Amino acid sequence: MSGVELPLWAAVPAALLLVASGLLTVTGSLGLLRLPSFQARMHGPSMGNTLGCGCMLFASMFVSSAIVGRPVLHEFLITVFVVVTSPATAMLLMRASIYRARSKATSAGNEVVER
Amino acid sequence: MKHFAPVLAIALALMWLLMNDTVSTGQVVLGILLALLLTFWSAKLRPLRPRLYRPQLAIGLLWTVFVDIVRSNIAVGRIILGLVGERSIRSAFLDIPLELRDPHGLAVLATIITSTPGTVWVDFDAERGLLTLHVLDLRDEEGWIRTIKEHYERPLIGIFQP
Amino acid sequence: MTLLDYAAWFASGCFGMAMLFATWRVIRGPAAQDRVLGLDTLYINGMLMLLALGIRSGSSFYFEIALLIALFGFVGSVALAKFLLRGEVIEP
Repeated sequence: MSGVELPLWAAVPAALLLVASGLLTVTGSLGLLRLPSFQARMHGPSMGNTLGCGCMLFASMFVSSAIVGRPVLHEFLITVFVVVTSPATAMLLMRASIYRARSKATSAGNEVVER
Repeated sequence: MKHFAPVLAIALALMWLLMNDTVSTGQVVLGILLALLLTFWSAKLRPLRPRLYRPQLAIGLLWTVFVDIVRSNIAVGRIILGLVGERSIRSAFLDIPLELRDPHGLAVLATIITSTPGTVWVDFDAERGLLTLHVLDLRDEEGWIRTIKEHYERPLIGIFQP
Repeated sequence: MTLLDYAAWFASGCFGMAMLFATWRVIRGPAAQDRVLGLDTLYINGMLMLLALGIRSGSSFYFEIALLIALFGFVGSVALAKFLLRGEVIEP
């Protein structure tokens, strides 16, 4: 901790948020392993992307504000950025999976895959 | 001045100040200057301009979205960890008829739905106004449709449509 | 070691484990979109890991690295997903 002792009002919420963020992210990524199909797996990592990221960035905000001694809000930028961008990736991947399943089915001479 | 977008300019200036983590006079002036220039240049890239009719509804919407994200995080976490008992999880597609037509409102709706764990936006048929979602744990179709229409669609119609 | 140090170590451990899960999905597949999803998760978890390191060391340099990872990771996964969708990243 580079020798700086943080006041309790910053250390306790930051520690709680860090633990919550770690648990949420690891559960979300566990979904990548445990869920059965690709379309179900899409939902796992979005836990880490939303609340996991949010908790982590608030913890980071508490700690850096307490170190510098004034409100430091630039972590907020990452939150906004992740919240705005991760749905774009998820939507494109969902459409790619449907498109690929469909073109695979038609090229094999079957009917179009039931969504 | 027809192409001037004040909300975009304010957001860009704020972002510049946040990124530099300062409110010194020099950075404020530079940020405002950059925001104005970028706003003018980018107006040509996106001629379609949103109109905010009732922006005050956004505060309530943000709170609803936050509560729903926390709740669905817990629900999805329980499913992944296998805490839902022996019942099987049925993930499926769901069609929802929408009344929202404004493209900016639809973009915000897509972001909200996709960033809530457990639902992913798949497609929107603009002619029939039919939204297709993928839901991880589809038990109660009527309930999902009601949630999306009342929690998100109604405030968005209020904000973006007259 | 303070309370915050323990919490930061715990979070780093969690992010490390999450990165391992994502790597397994990248290696294992089975479909190409599974690998892209794994990469997407990997970069978000890596970014969170860097922020945890930043809390442990108390320096603000990690914030800038995390911002850059978020930017480039997004561009990378969108390009890959777009390629899967049409076979081209930029349509003519």
